[in-house]
Amino acid sequence: MNIGKDLVAASATPMILAILREGESYGYAIIKRVAELSGGELQWTDGMLYPVLHRLERNGLVKAGWGRSESGRRRKYYRLTDRGVEELASQRQQWQVVDSTLRRTLFRSFELVPQGG
Amino acid sequence: MTEGADYAEAGAHTSLEEGIGEWRSYVRRRQAIHAVDVDELEDHLRSQVSALLEAGLTEDEAFLIAVKRIGELDELSREFAREHSERLWKRLVVAPDEGEESRGIGRETLVAVALACAAAAAIKAPELLGLGMDWNEEFYARNLSLFVLPFLAVFFAWKRCLAPVQRLWLTVPFLVAAVAINLMPFASGAHTEALAALHLPIALWLAVGYAYDAGRWRDHDQRMNYVRFSGEWFIYYALIALGGGVLMGLTAFVFDAIGMNAGEFVGSWILPCGALGAVIIAAWLVEAKQSVIENMAPVLTLLFTPLFTLVLLAFLGAAALTGSGVAGERGVLIGFDLLLVVVVGLILYAISARDPEKVPGLFDALQLVLVICALLVDAIALWAIATRISEFGFSPNKVAALGENLILLVNLGWSAVLYVRFFTRRVAFARLERWQTGYLPVYALWAWVVVLVFPLVFGFR
Repeated sequence: MNIGKDLVAASATPMILAILREGESYGYAIIKRVAELSGGELQWTDGMLYPVLHRLERNGLVKAGWGRSESGRRRKYYRLTDRGVEELASQRQQWQVVDSTLRRTLFRSFELVPQGG
Repeated sequence: MTEGADYAEAGAHTSLEEGIGEWRSYVRRRQAIHAVDVDELEDHLRSQVSALLEAGLTEDEAFLIAVKRIGELDELSREFAREHSERLWKRLVVAPDEGEESRGIGRETLVAVALACAAAAAIKAPELLGLGMDWNEEFYARNLSLFVLPFLAVFFAWKRCLAPVQRLWLTVPFLVAAVAINLMPFASGAHTEALAALHLPIALWLAVGYAYDAGRWRDHDQRMNYVRFSGEWFIYYALIALGGGVLMGLTAFVFDAIGMNAGEFVGSWILPCGALGAVIIAAWLVEAKQSVIENMAPVLTLLFTPLFTLVLLAFLGAAALTGSGVAGERGVLIGFDLLLVVVVGLILYAISARDPEKVPGLFDALQLVLVICALLVDAIALWAIATRISEFGFSPNKVAALGENLILLVNLGWSAVLYVRFFTRRVAFARLERWQTGYLPVYALWAWVVVLVFPLVFGFR
């Protein structure tokens, strides 16, 4: 399934925040986690993750710092800040509203459409 | 072919490390993506590659797929630019990117500031010997360039690491100028003295070029670089002068508000010291920003070439319609000299920024029209002056102006010939470039002749 660009963009923030809620992480691991959780349905262009991470950092939702990978390479790690936790909670409520609304309207309307004619 | 395909292909037949190195340099060229971001992306790329290698792919395959997954560079740099829009405004003088080696930028700043201060101190030094600015205008006018250009030469001698022999050569013109101009027994209010004061900066500026080109002044490319430098320097100096004007105005105003008169201080300290120090600072800024900002001189050239062409065409039309000749006065000669200087400058800077490989275009045609117009206009002026000289005889001012006129006329005349031959594809554009750079010593020679020979010939009048 191909998920639209706008939806991918809109869902990126809560998704990243939620994954960082599980603990400190870095770009490649976040992408892998997204693929894993969506069963491979959600494919991001890898590079696009980074401008989003930088925006979250600028807005104070995550904090970044340079560390080392297992192999000793320089790696930038991100973790959630307190404001990030708050934002995640607020995002969660917003998505719940969207989700429940969609359930009540869009999905039911499919059932109401006469099949076949 | 997109850049993505470019580096992917490059990676296909080199080792993984080379491939990654090449990819890095491609990404690094994007203005919006800084070195630290490239580090982060590289870590991503390497993680992806090792995961794919573990899955059983070959190095080439793993690299190709990993690069593809990171995404199109154009799109990526657009996203980065949206997040970091400030990066599109390149910044000057601030420290270079972290992680990039800063080759003594701090030291260069210190040297430039120290030399600027030295130039500022130099202009005030004669006052200690009792040579006040108010009473010795002629002394200051004669020596003005000697107060600052030696320091500029020192700056470039230091920066370009000139050899001891070259440093020695560099001092020669400054010593000769200092001795000659101060020992010559000028009559009071002598025209030759004013002419020498006017031409010495030009002569010494070209001597500074020797230091700028690290002694390789015979090299045409180096000469062209000095021409580019001079244009940028001029623009920076004009900008600094504007700022300095605001500073002086406000200084006078705020002190005036509390009943103190700062005009004296502004006129005898801020103005002279600032004007000389700014010469060094502007040069240092041009050096520092070379790679940061688009050169301004060619942009101005592009803007003004059509306008000057229009004005000259209109003038020629008006002169032809009314049939009125040019009054052959001395001021007219100087005015037309300035016109030729501007036209030569427009051509020089248009050439300096032009890709020599390109075929003749509309702008080149416009330049040719401009040159021909300037030649026609100058012919009118020369005719008027020739009649005047035959009536009243020679004077230092007339000879100097006439000499300059002829020098510029020869330059423009041959430029026009080369342009025509360039249009008919008989010569390469590089010939025009070489003609201009090859002509530079003529200006230097003439300036030195006016400084050193004119006073002798005209008996220091």
